[in-house]
Parts: sequence; structure tokens; C-alpha cells
Amino acid sequence: MSGARRPDLTRVRAYGDTLDDGQIMLSFSLPVPFGDEAREAGRALARQMGLLEPQVYHAHDLGEGFTYLIVYAISPHTVDYTRIAIAKADAVRLDHDGVIAAWRARHGDRRLRVIGACTGDDAHTVGIDAILNVKGWKGDKGLESYPCFQVKNLGAQVDNERLIAEVQSFAADAVLVSQIVTQKDCHRTNLAALIDLAEAEDLRSQVKFVCGGPRLSHAVAVELGFDAGFGPGTLPSEVASWLVQAVS
Amino acid sequence: MRSPLVSTFAPAPPGFGCPTLDLDPAIVGRGRALAARVADEVDRFAVGHSTVAIERTVLRLCGVSGADAAGVPWANRVVDAAARAGCLHDGVATAVCAASIAHGQSIAATAAAIAQGTIDLGRRSGVAVEAAQAHARAAAVQGLARITAQRRRRQALLAELGSGVQPLCYVIVASGNIHEDVVQARVAARQGADVIAVIRSTGQSLLDYVPEGETTEGYGGTYATEANFALMRAALDAVGAELGRYIRLCNYASGLCMPEIACLGAFQRLDMMLNDALYGILFRDINMQRTLCDQRVSRRLTAIAGIVINTGEDNYLTTADAVDAAHTVVASTLVNEALARRAGLHTDQLGLGHAMEIDPQRPDALLYEIAHAILLRTLFPAAPLKYMPPTKHMTGNVLRGHVQDTLFNLVGALTGQGIQLLGMPTEAMHTPHIHDRYLALEAARIVFGGGGALGSELQLRPDGFIAHRARQVLSDAVALLDQLAAEGLMAGLARGVFADIHRSPDGGRGRDGVFERGPSYFDPSEAAIDAALAAEAR
Repeated sequence: MSGARRPDLTRVRAYGDTLDDGQIMLSFSLPVPFGDEAREAGRALARQMGLLEPQVYHAHDLGEGFTYLIVYAISPHTVDYTRIAIAKADAVRLDHDGVIAAWRARHGDRRLRVIGACTGDDAHTVGIDAILNVKGWKGDKGLESYPCFQVKNLGAQVDNERLIAEVQSFAADAVLVSQIVTQKDCHRTNLAALIDLAEAEDLRSQVKFVCGGPRLSHAVAVELGFDAGFGPGTLPSEVASWLVQAVS
Repeated sequence: MRSPLVSTFAPAPPGFGCPTLDLDPAIVGRGRALAARVADEVDRFAVGHSTVAIERTVLRLCGVSGADAAGVPWANRVVDAAARAGCLHDGVATAVCAASIAHGQSIAATAAAIAQGTIDLGRRSGVAVEAAQAHARAAAVQGLARITAQRRRRQALLAELGSGVQPLCYVIVASGNIHEDVVQARVAARQGADVIAVIRSTGQSLLDYVPEGETTEGYGGTYATEANFALMRAALDAVGAELGRYIRLCNYASGLCMPEIACLGAFQRLDMMLNDALYGILFRDINMQRTLCDQRVSRRLTAIAGIVINTGEDNYLTTADAVDAAHTVVASTLVNEALARRAGLHTDQLGLGHAMEIDPQRPDALLYEIAHAILLRTLFPAAPLKYMPPTKHMTGNVLRGHVQDTLFNLVGALTGQGIQLLGMPTEAMHTPHIHDRYLALEAARIVFGGGGALGSELQLRPDGFIAHRARQVLSDAVALLDQLAAEGLMAGLARGVFADIHRSPDGGRGRDGVFERGPSYFDPSEAAIDAALAAEAR
């Protein structure tokens, strides 16, 4: 009786149904006409990715000289899981009451002033609303529901210039920027421009800058000059926990 | 028994329909009467006002096109010049056409000269108002003739190629480059798409001008321009001819240029346009007076162009709770219907949009979805209704998303929705890749091919959850309309009745572009559109 083998965390491979089988699924299209040549091109591409035994499970003629492929293959590559390091917004996770208590212990009745917006051309307020609105997301109440936050939600398509002006007039402690549209990396340009503006207005050190969106992470946020970044699936209480610990 | 379905829009295949839902006709009638009161008040306001976008539309109908080197359209320059000259409240056409006669130039050349400053609208032309207006009327009639010629061309192509059957499968292309969009659209048509919606750059709704030329950039899509419309129209006509099926083209007549884009879309034979009386107010913070005026003129044009409008109620529940606020969608569709009727749109042009954005993990989510879909279908038995899958609950798990979209398609099949917007498994992650659309179309074909006749086979339990829920949502919607009819639409919008969003009558973008019509106000297309709509109504 030995049971299933345990993974060697210094040499982790992809898993299908047997440890170290290296099973990988890919799906992509090629701008070549459907046929045996297209299938072979798909296999060749997979081999070039370093994959072994690529099998085309499905190929479909999209027309106009395009072919869609689903390919399974074996990846011989390994990663050392013990050396993975991820930058995370550094904060202890608190619950609703914990957030309020943590803030009040240090600041009494003063409220933490948060301003939120979707900037640039982005018209998608789903993310910022999920974090700020009372209703929140997945049963986790938004920042407006916390008595220790004073929240102003500017909504969609806010220019960086206007956001900075609002930050000043609202005397915000923290700014939350949501970026959903990421075509051609417009979110990165736009976010970096906001930080440039904040620095020009001498606000950068006084205000915490936070961004969130499906293609954002803490690491990307820090790279762009923000204090913290939150990716998809973030709950309002995660952001709230970070804010009350980061704002002095 | 199944509900009657649209005849001229696209035929329904055998058995395609909706299970019968018994609604109290008195409650339905009361909802419509209240919506009519709401719409009448809006209409009274709209006919007494004009906007810079409406005046630019008049110029476009009279043949003005083109832009200066900086990309500012002549139409914008001329309206600005008329405002400076203090004659905008008379409508832009009289002064421009007087100048055209005085200088012996075409209206288009006159507009360019006004824009470049070589003709001053502030100086009296000495041309009699009657002569100027007759000149304007003749030009507008020509512009309208371009639109009706495109309508006849569509009818000829539909007769020749066939129109596809319900539900029309609607997919988006959004590469951000019109030339790539063309490739994506042609592939989608080959995979079974009936309607191609070209998504435009998210910023465009707030531009107070229509960009010129073919465009290869934008965020989340590329710009809606007349040149892009023409390029895509030609591509879809070509692939449609090859496939033996007319492929419909959709874009947006919304935002600050709502009527102007409706006009350009009509010129280039768009078949559907997203055109909602309230969407821009709620989701783009466009001033409500501006949009309520602009929607009337844009819809009059789409009416004579034979364009199907798509309304945007589906978006309400991305911000409000899908179950608690379902009645707001129903109330809004009734208001949109009433406004559309006042603009002359036919029933088979009312692609009223609905989708409920119900969390798929909520118990009975599918039952709620079916209840709402049957209610809408029953309230609007002859309208094509555009059914849109939830986007709010797409998670990035593309396989789960594909299942959610498939369930949604099943609800569409069961309830006989006329236009099915196909969800993409990668929704919320990226704009669709070429194979996302194929996967969506293939899955939809399985559902509609295998289950398209469900609606005429199944009966609702009269005392069951679905029927009860549908009646409850209707009665809540009528209660909301009652309030709206009493306070007026503008006050209701200010109170945040739709989508939990509050807007003030004087707030938002584009308010500056709204003005009261002066006593000598003249729109050279108005009488001709009235006549065309009256002829249709007979």
C-alpha cells in the first residue's frame, strides 16, 4: 500500500491524471487553410513550444484561410515551486468589523476618504461598483457600507486630469482606479499617466494609489507606480483590509 | 397555442415560439397606457427643442460631408458658425441654404466655405427665407431618397438571398481595426452568424462629432465612421452573396452623435442599430434633455430606413440587482416601445433588449431567467426582441462560461426570442478571438437546431414558479410606471429608478448642445419624414 506519489515541489510538472504526466491543453487558430497541413503546422508549433507528442484532438475549418485547433501534448518542463515568489498587496485580511475596528483604533471618528473611478475611455463600472457600492460582490459588502470610509465613486470615463482634481478637492486618502478595457495594453499607458500626473501635482506621496481589473495584479500595479493592485475575483473586504492598514 | 411572431423581420422556423403565459390584459393595458403618458411628455419636450447633433444631421441629409485637416467635420464647423452668428435657434438649414443660393454653390461647398471662414453666416445673404427653405427641402428630400433607396436595396437582397431564420444569431467583432474586423466578420458569417455588430471604441459615445475615414485604432473596438460602415457593408454583401444568406450589419446610434450616426448608418444600409432612449443618460452620463431630443430624430430616421433598433435594458442589471430590479427592465422596455412608436418605428423594428444578469449560482436562476424571458416575449409578441446573455457573471473560466451561454441559448430557444446575442466564452477577459465566435456559433446551432421547437411543445404550470414570477415582475413594473407617469421621466431618472443610477435634468454631458426651437425654427427633413412615415402607417 503505497498510495499516490507526492509531487516533488522542486520539480513540478503539469498534471492530467498521473503525477508528472505533463498533460497540457492548447487551443489556437492559425491563418492557414484547413487540412492536413494545418494540423501538422499545429503539431509543429506545439513542438516548438517545447511540448512532446502533440496530438490534434480537433481541427475546424473557420473559412477565409483560417483553421482552429485544439491540441493536447506533454510538457516535459518543470518548475521549482519552492522558489516561486509573488508580490502581494501586503495586509492582514480582516472582516467587516475588523476593518472598522482597525481603523478606529488609530483614527477614531475620522473617516478614510476613498475616491474611485474608471479612467480614460473605459466605460465599464462593474469592477469599481463591486468594490465601492453598498451591495458589494458575492455577499461581501462594498466600501460604502463601512462607516469608517467616506466614498466618492466618479463612475466611468473619467479623465486622469479630472480624477486628480477630484482627489485634491475631496482630500482623498486613497484612489481606486478600475481598468477593464485592456486592448493593446491601453490600461497600462493610462495608469502610468495617472501616476505621472500625481507626481507632477505633488500628490503621489500623500495619497495611496490602488488599481484593479481583470488583467491587473499587485506586481503589475507596483511596476506602474501604484501602491497596490488587485486582480479578478477580489472582494471588497480585501481592498478594505489593505486600505486601513496602508493609510497612515 | 403559441405567440404570433414577427413576419417581415425574419421568418420563424416551424414550432419556434413561446409557451403561453396568461397575463391579465387589464394590467398589460394599464402598463402601456402609463408608458404612453411618460412618452407623450418626453415627446412634447423633444419637439420643442433641437440639439447640435440634430442640426448636424440636417446638414448631413442635405449632402454635407467631409472634414478639415484636423479631422473636425464640416458639419460641426457649420453648426458652431451658426451658433456664433446667433441663428442656430432657427435651425441651421435656412442660413446655410440662403448662403448656398447667394454664392451659387452647392450646399456641401457652401458648408466647407462657412467652415473655412470664407462665407460669414452672420452677414445677411439677401435671399428670401422661402427660397432658402425650398432649396433646403429639396436637398433633404434627396438625402432621404438615398436612405429609402438603401432600404429598397435591402429588401431586394433579402428577397434574393434569404434572410436567415429566427433567432438571428448576433455576434460582435471588436478587433479595434476595421480591416481585421472585416476578416473576423467574414469568418463569423461563414460559421453561421446572421448579424455582425461592429463594436466601436468605448470613448466614441462621448465624442460630439463623427470621425472620418477608415480607422485602425480604438479601445474595445474601432470608431463608427461612414467609411467603416461602407467597408463592412461591402464585405458582408460579398460574403452573403457567396453564402446565399443576407448578413445583417449592426452598429451604434447612441451617444452624443445619436441622430447623426443613425443618418450615416442609414446611408450605408446598416440593418440594426443600438439605439436606446435612456442608455446614454444612465451609462454614459449624457444629459437627459440632449438624449431625449436626439433619440426622437434618430428613430425617425431608422424608421424610414427600415433599421431594427436594439435597446439596452439588458445593461440595467449589471449595476442593479437582477432579481430585485427585474421590473425596471420591463418598465423601461414599455417606455422605449412607446417612444419608438411616437418616432414612427414599426413593431418589427423593435429589437427591445433584455437580459437579466442573474447569478447562475443563485438557486432557481434558470427559472427566473425563463420567467423574465417569457414575460417579455408575451408583452411584445410581434417585436423581434434582442436577448442578451449575462456578462456580469462571466468569470474567466471559459468552459463554465460556455455552459452558461448554452443554458442562456436554451432559454432563448424555449421562449422564441428573435435576435439572440451569442455570449463568448472569453467574455470579460478579452474581445472575441476568431475561434471564440466559432465556438459560440457552433454551440448555438446545436441548441436552436435541436430545441428550437421547445416553446410550442411545452406548457407552463399556470400556478407554478415561472408564471407567478412573471406576473409579479409585471405588476411591479406597472407600479413603477405609475410613479413615472406621475412624476415624469426626467424626475424618475433623477431619483435613480433605473439601474440604481441618479441623473439630474441639467447634469451630464452635452447639455450645452440643447436649445429651444425659435419661432422661425425650420428642419427641412421634418415634413418629408412625416410624409414618409404617414405613408408607411397606411
